[in-house]
Amino acid sequence: MLTIKNLHACVEQKNILNGLNLNIKPGEVHAIMGPNGAGKSTLGYVLSGREGYEVLDGQVDFQGHNLLEMTIEERARKGLFLAFQYPIEIPGVSNMEFMKESVNAMRQHRGEERLTAAEFLKKAKEICKQVQLPLDFLKRGVNEGFSGGEKKRNEIMQMILLEPSLCILDESDSGLDVDALQIVANGVNSQRDGKRSFIVITHYQRLLDYIEPDFVHILANGKVVKTGDASLAKQVEKEGYAFLGLDNSEEVTA
Amino acid sequence: MTTQIDQALSRTYDAGFISDIESETFAVGLNEDVIRRISAMKNEPEWMIEWRLRAYRNWLTMEEPEWAHVQYPKIDFQAISYYSAPKSMKDKPKSLDEVDPELLRVYEKLGIPLYEQEMLAGVAVDVVFDSVSVVTTFREKLKEAGVIFCPISEAIQTYPELVKKYLGSVVPRSDNYFAALNSAVFTDGSFVYIPKGVRCPMELSTYFRINEQNTGQFERTLIIADEGSFVSYLEGCTAPQRDENQLHAAVVELVAMDDAQIKYSTVQNWYPGDENGKGGIYNFVTKRGICHTNAKVSWTQVETGSAITWKYPSCVLKGDNSIGEFYSVALTRGRQQADTGTKMIHLGKNTKSTIISKGISAGHSNNTYRGLVHMGSKADGARNFTQCDSLLIGDLCGAHTFPYIESRNPTAKVEHEATTSKVGDDQLFLCQQRGLDAEKAVSMIVNGFCKEVFKELPMEFAVEAGKLLEISLEGSVG
Repeated sequence: MLTIKNLHACVEQKNILNGLNLNIKPGEVHAIMGPNGAGKSTLGYVLSGREGYEVLDGQVDFQGHNLLEMTIEERARKGLFLAFQYPIEIPGVSNMEFMKESVNAMRQHRGEERLTAAEFLKKAKEICKQVQLPLDFLKRGVNEGFSGGEKKRNEIMQMILLEPSLCILDESDSGLDVDALQIVANGVNSQRDGKRSFIVITHYQRLLDYIEPDFVHILANGKVVKTGDASLAKQVEKEGYAFLGLDNSEEVTA
Repeated sequence: MTTQIDQALSRTYDAGFISDIESETFAVGLNEDVIRRISAMKNEPEWMIEWRLRAYRNWLTMEEPEWAHVQYPKIDFQAISYYSAPKSMKDKPKSLDEVDPELLRVYEKLGIPLYEQEMLAGVAVDVVFDSVSVVTTFREKLKEAGVIFCPISEAIQTYPELVKKYLGSVVPRSDNYFAALNSAVFTDGSFVYIPKGVRCPMELSTYFRINEQNTGQFERTLIIADEGSFVSYLEGCTAPQRDENQLHAAVVELVAMDDAQIKYSTVQNWYPGDENGKGGIYNFVTKRGICHTNAKVSWTQVETGSAITWKYPSCVLKGDNSIGEFYSVALTRGRQQADTGTKMIHLGKNTKSTIISKGISAGHSNNTYRGLVHMGSKADGARNFTQCDSLLIGDLCGAHTFPYIESRNPTAKVEHEATTSKVGDDQLFLCQQRGLDAEKAVSMIVNGFCKEVFKELPMEFAVEAGKLLEISLEGSVG
């Protein structure tokens, strides 16, 4: 699904990723943990192609394509989805209109017919129910006036709707209460079908109680310093990153 | 990401073609003889010539206004031709079948079908090409309802009493520099009369096209809605892509009698000039409506074209309980400059006005909102609500707001809200991450920003306006 080799990237001339390697097979769930400033969110942005994130070295293969040569929208249309840590508002553009255009952009790319308004609405309503958002969310402006938890659920809703092949969840658990966390986790689990892969970026083992990862990677100073199974996350929860010889404080250099 | 936005914004102007139509065009220059000749071309009665000449003499004593936040070289009024008409129009075709097919092709190319069976159901069109009205559709059907919809040159002949009474009653001849010029040299435009208690059975619209080089277009529109009547009217405008600037100085007067309602919508897409500000239309327009008791005038404008826009559709709320509305979207890009807004003059008791203005600036453009809310001493309980939002795309453009408030009545209430925002890289990234390309993303964000105004447009035109903005923002339409 995704092979990252020796990835180096910088933001505003500051090196953030320093030789990162990662190999993700179809159907796998990879959790990425690590101290603040380790480069977790940067990884998500570099993979999705955000401007300002400059790749200095390395290769990324996504389903047989050279990911780094593709535009942001090409990556998205090929099935790479990023659930944002801080979803932004687009006033006046209804959630429904936004998602419909988005779904149809994907469909068009795959050579499928656009969904009619009715077909889309039916689908959207079902997913709304699944992530427990009231139906009037479809009519409201994209993320306009949503609470933190609503924004995160809205991201999951888009993920389910767009049926991506690789989902990157950037701290989709931050700021959620236990109930909302379960809704988000259930949403993710409902999409695990043995083919779709996930990168779950999180600070807390808590989320991994609900979304069971196949692998846990600890990221520090821009590279993977340790890889293990779910038990690694539990160890981090208990002991912090100190056992890896890493400082756990905010001051960790990026 | 600015480069992406820039690319998304560089577009071609698809109404910019030049049609080779044989025209009879006056030599450039302006004097009393030219005005007499215009009047003679239109076969006007003596009182009309007098009216024009008085306006002209007034104009000579006036100074070109310089207070607007726009910069352009001084206009040489002697370098403009004040009359141009397709030769084929000389014999006054009686029906579309007699109209020069070349002329019809122009409108076909613009996407404006003139044959009634092909038209949007329920829209009647008056088509003005340079200085003359080419055709007015659905006249018979409108006549059945008692509605008069015809070129103003014809109304001067056929309905002199109405024209005499109302022409210049809302925008006086000496109102301002450009209105005075228009009063002297106006060539054509539309005339509408809706009788008492009649709800106009269809949308009325006028489509203005400037074609001839070095020619100014000076149209005059007069709409009278008699007591208790209703009419919805739309104007659209385009011009060819030329290197020289061309002047368009129009006057629109609306009269809403007691309990009448006039809804006036504009989709303005004059040629804006090229990337470097070469060419484009100078659009200096005076639009005003007067509202008698319980009457309502509602202006909606979508302004995407012109090199310079100087335009303030206004309402004089004379009658008690009358209502004035102004909904505006002004998009500037490249080197365009727009100074636009409204005046709400509250004279009667319990008069109400709403102003929603959305300015979008991109490229090196400047976009200014200028508005006046005046509460007269007798306007007890009058209310105004103003909302002025500016959206900046890129970091080389400017947005400016000049709201003026004058209140002479302690019971009057005036509210003003203003915001300025930027199309953010974050918003664009979100859209692209969801599979939308940058162009689509920008146009979606801009359309969202304009939603409150678009919902005021008649349905068919709301779609058109959305598309126009999309075209304005697209790189590859042509």
